[in-house]
Amino acid sequence: MVDDPTTKEPPSTPPVTRRVPGSAPPREVPPAPIPLENELTRRLNERFGRAVLGATLDRKQAIVSVEAGQLREISKYCREEESFEMLVDLTAVDWPKREKRFDVVLNLYSFTKNERLRLKAHAAQNESLPSVSSVWEAANWLERECFDLFGIVFEGHPDLRRILLPDEWKGHPLRKDYDILQQDTEWVRENLGIESGQ
Amino acid sequence: MSHLIPSSILPLVVPVLCAVVIVLVLPLLAGYIVLVERKVMAGMQARLGPMRVGPHGLLQPIADALKLVLKEDIIPARADKVMFWLAPLVSVTMALLAYSALPIGPAFQIADLNVGLLFIVAVSSLGIYGIVLGGWASNSHYSLLGAMRSAAQLVSYETAGGLALASVLLLAGSLSMKDIVQAQLDQGIWFAFYVPFGFFIYLVASIAETNRAPFDLPEADSEIVAGYMTEYSGFRWSLYFLAEYANMIIVAGIATTLFLGGWLRPLARYRDHFPGTSVELLDAVPPLLALAVALYCFHLAPKQPVKIQKLVMAGAGGACAVVALALAGALFAPASVMQGVHGAFWFLLKVFTYIYAFMWFRFTFPRYRFDQLMRLGWRFLIPLALVNVIGVGIAIVLREQFDWNPFLSLVPTTLATLGVAMWLVNDDAPAAAANLEATIAQSGDGE
Amino acid sequence: MKAERETAAFGNAQNVETTVLGADEIILNMGPQHPSTHGVLRVKLRLDGERVVDSECIIGYLHRGVEKIAEHRSYQQFAPYVDRMDYVAAVSNGLGYCEAVEKLLGAEAPLRARVVRTILTELQRIASHLLWLGTHALDIGALTPIFYAFREREEILKIFEKYCGARLTTHAFRIGGLQYETYDTFERDVKRFCDDLGRKIDEYETLLTANRIWLGRTRGVGVLSAADAIALGVTGPALRASGVKWDVRKAMPYAAYDRYEFDIPTRDSGDTYDRYSVRIEEMRQSRRICLQAVEDIPGGPIMARIGKVLKPPPGEVYHSVEGPKGELGYYIVSDGTIQPYRVRVRPPSFLNLQAFQRMAKGAMIADVVAIIGSIDIVLGEVDR
Repeated sequence: MVDDPTTKEPPSTPPVTRRVPGSAPPREVPPAPIPLENELTRRLNERFGRAVLGATLDRKQAIVSVEAGQLREISKYCREEESFEMLVDLTAVDWPKREKRFDVVLNLYSFTKNERLRLKAHAAQNESLPSVSSVWEAANWLERECFDLFGIVFEGHPDLRRILLPDEWKGHPLRKDYDILQQDTEWVRENLGIESGQ
Repeated sequence: MSHLIPSSILPLVVPVLCAVVIVLVLPLLAGYIVLVERKVMAGMQARLGPMRVGPHGLLQPIADALKLVLKEDIIPARADKVMFWLAPLVSVTMALLAYSALPIGPAFQIADLNVGLLFIVAVSSLGIYGIVLGGWASNSHYSLLGAMRSAAQLVSYETAGGLALASVLLLAGSLSMKDIVQAQLDQGIWFAFYVPFGFFIYLVASIAETNRAPFDLPEADSEIVAGYMTEYSGFRWSLYFLAEYANMIIVAGIATTLFLGGWLRPLARYRDHFPGTSVELLDAVPPLLALAVALYCFHLAPKQPVKIQKLVMAGAGGACAVVALALAGALFAPASVMQGVHGAFWFLLKVFTYIYAFMWFRFTFPRYRFDQLMRLGWRFLIPLALVNVIGVGIAIVLREQFDWNPFLSLVPTTLATLGVAMWLVNDDAPAAAANLEATIAQSGDGE
Repeated sequence: MKAERETAAFGNAQNVETTVLGADEIILNMGPQHPSTHGVLRVKLRLDGERVVDSECIIGYLHRGVEKIAEHRSYQQFAPYVDRMDYVAAVSNGLGYCEAVEKLLGAEAPLRARVVRTILTELQRIASHLLWLGTHALDIGALTPIFYAFREREEILKIFEKYCGARLTTHAFRIGGLQYETYDTFERDVKRFCDDLGRKIDEYETLLTANRIWLGRTRGVGVLSAADAIALGVTGPALRASGVKWDVRKAMPYAAYDRYEFDIPTRDSGDTYDRYSVRIEEMRQSRRICLQAVEDIPGGPIMARIGKVLKPPPGEVYHSVEGPKGELGYYIVSDGTIQPYRVRVRPPSFLNLQAFQRMAKGAMIADVVAIIGSIDIVLGEVDR
């Protein structure tokens, strides 16, 4: 089933065709994300069936949503059989209104095909995902960063601890319920000796 | 005046005076050498160097010295206090002690020991204690690492340097500094040309001896902060610093005496006189040189942007003119005075050129890594120095026993040494092997 | 996996372990304040004598929460923030962000803007590499190249200042094109600088490239194989030095790069010397691009017509540019409002630094500094 989570969130305003009087309209409005079907998605569907939740093409970039449990297998398949040798980026997006609030996004690149692919897996707040650090070593620090800033646990990661924030920090700042002015004031008081003014 | 002083002390007066002058003048001299180094560094790096403190930074060393003396004396909490206090003293004392046998011109030598060279080299080696003690007493990882490295480096290069000196001694036949210079006069050629490899080895060894770039890893900022000097600040640090520059002047002095003819004028045996006088033609060169520098300063003076800089440039010109006058005047003075003044001039000129070369190397080359440094010392310099000594020995045998021409006897041995040097230099195997070890270690542990 | 387990133990405890000979291994901590770690980077080294058995980089000292801030600023308001990440090469950051948002909007900057962007970005690449060269040489002990490199960099910064008023964090580009027209003598300045640069790069090479000491310090040090580089996500000059001929400017051209001819320098051993060599050659290629582009600036508008209030339709985009340090990517998610929903910056220095552990195994302490220097990291980008 084509199930594109990106259009599920209700945007608070209608799409961007509203025109501000007096200024020229945008040259072209990019098309909304459309479902994608090509060789790659067909092979993925054949191989992994239900684990591939859907594929879209957004701004001419391919996005494949997969089931979190199979992430490692699908990654391995992508690296070995589809020759996506490099994990360019691994990050997450927080959609707090959804049941599975986190979108873990892997950007892949294939040198041989000069092609990019985005894999997306969805995880609920206390759900853990399999780590792909055995597939691409680059995921080591990237997953640590996700864990640090979002609180997503990656199972099978050799050394999952905070990377950018101090080890004893409480809270995961990139979550939408962490206010921009919020801090772990206790840590600041203990370690920096100041009363944070926030 | 000599009737005022009891005859038992009379022979001591001049040496003591010289010693006092050296101890007083040396810190100031070291400070100004630092200023010169900073200006030279700036020139090579397309910038100006110290300009603020005094015109063209001329008062910079005074300001630095004042600052260092007035700084708080910080001793690390768990440092060994006695050793901490003693270490810089050892360094400085040994450095200053070596001056006692160094001849700055034929008339200015505190003690004309008949084992002068041995004394200087031995005393300089004792200076290593100061470094090791300093590193140990600081009770810090970085300092200890730096001190150990420094000690290992100094000891290794002492060996090479000593062997290079030995090759010259074979030719000179004496350990007395005066006699070595005399031998160069007698043989009519500076030993640097006779034994070029000896000179080269001593040059490299002396750079390593004084912890100068490219052998300054123990004091490299970027790696272990400042090595054995890390925990020293203020006056104690300035003692180490003084010891380092004093050492530089000593090795320059040794090199000048042994290889560059000491206080001899270039072409010392060319004795043609000005017609009608007893003034030698080439002896007119120093005053003319000084005069040329003075005239150049006067030429530059009006072009300076600021009034005080004009004045200082003119003053510098004036000082050079005074020196020129003194040198010219000495031409007409009794022979010993003439020798003393001109000899001092040539000696100082050569020492300064040697030190300038040190500075030049410092700002041109990157730093050797410690194991590469040790490899260079043990696998290149020491074998080369040994071969060099043997070569000189063979040359002497050829000269004495078989009556060969001195030059001719040295040519084949120098060429043989050159061949050995080329072979050793291209023996890259150990260096490549070390890096290969590292690569294997990496890939072996990788998945 | 053994290496990773060791790292975990190493990272969590300060045990002193014994080696084969019974000597203790020291744990040496470099940084975060250290003359050579190029910013606030802390490196923990486990040493066996002088050799590094294992290492760990501890980062986060410069984390400023840029990605969080992005969610609370409008698209244009966020643009100055991206300069502060890789503060050495601010213009490239700006280019990546502006182009990513333009992709999100479906707009394209006019050709004149794209060509001028190319010129400024290439000048910025040269400036970044010059700074890298100076500091790397200084770490290894060559005291002079840094001053020469900064002398050239000064010329570039003067051009930036004349163009947009700022030398370092320039905010030179706007979403949709450029705000400022090129100033009167722009082409002449750029041409004059580029003409001079060739000779100056030769000067630096005279001091370093064939120097025995330099070769001894950099050849065979910090080797990273091509397979490792790809697995670790390393991009940029470090990847090219390991033998992978890949550059975003050629693979997926952006701005005006498809109009100009230039080469991608690669080397094959992936050691520090090769990374040095690649960057020197990249400076030459950047100069080539600049000289071509500066003859080629077309007339026309400098700003696309996208309106003042930017509300990209909901969706997401990933766009990357070849920054001086590697592939700088922006993954922007829009929910249709004037503020981005999520901005993720793919920091090249972050991933390149991850490779440090691999490179430093078996090296000596003095090499550690050389290796960190050769990776060319900017902590602002690593930590964001």
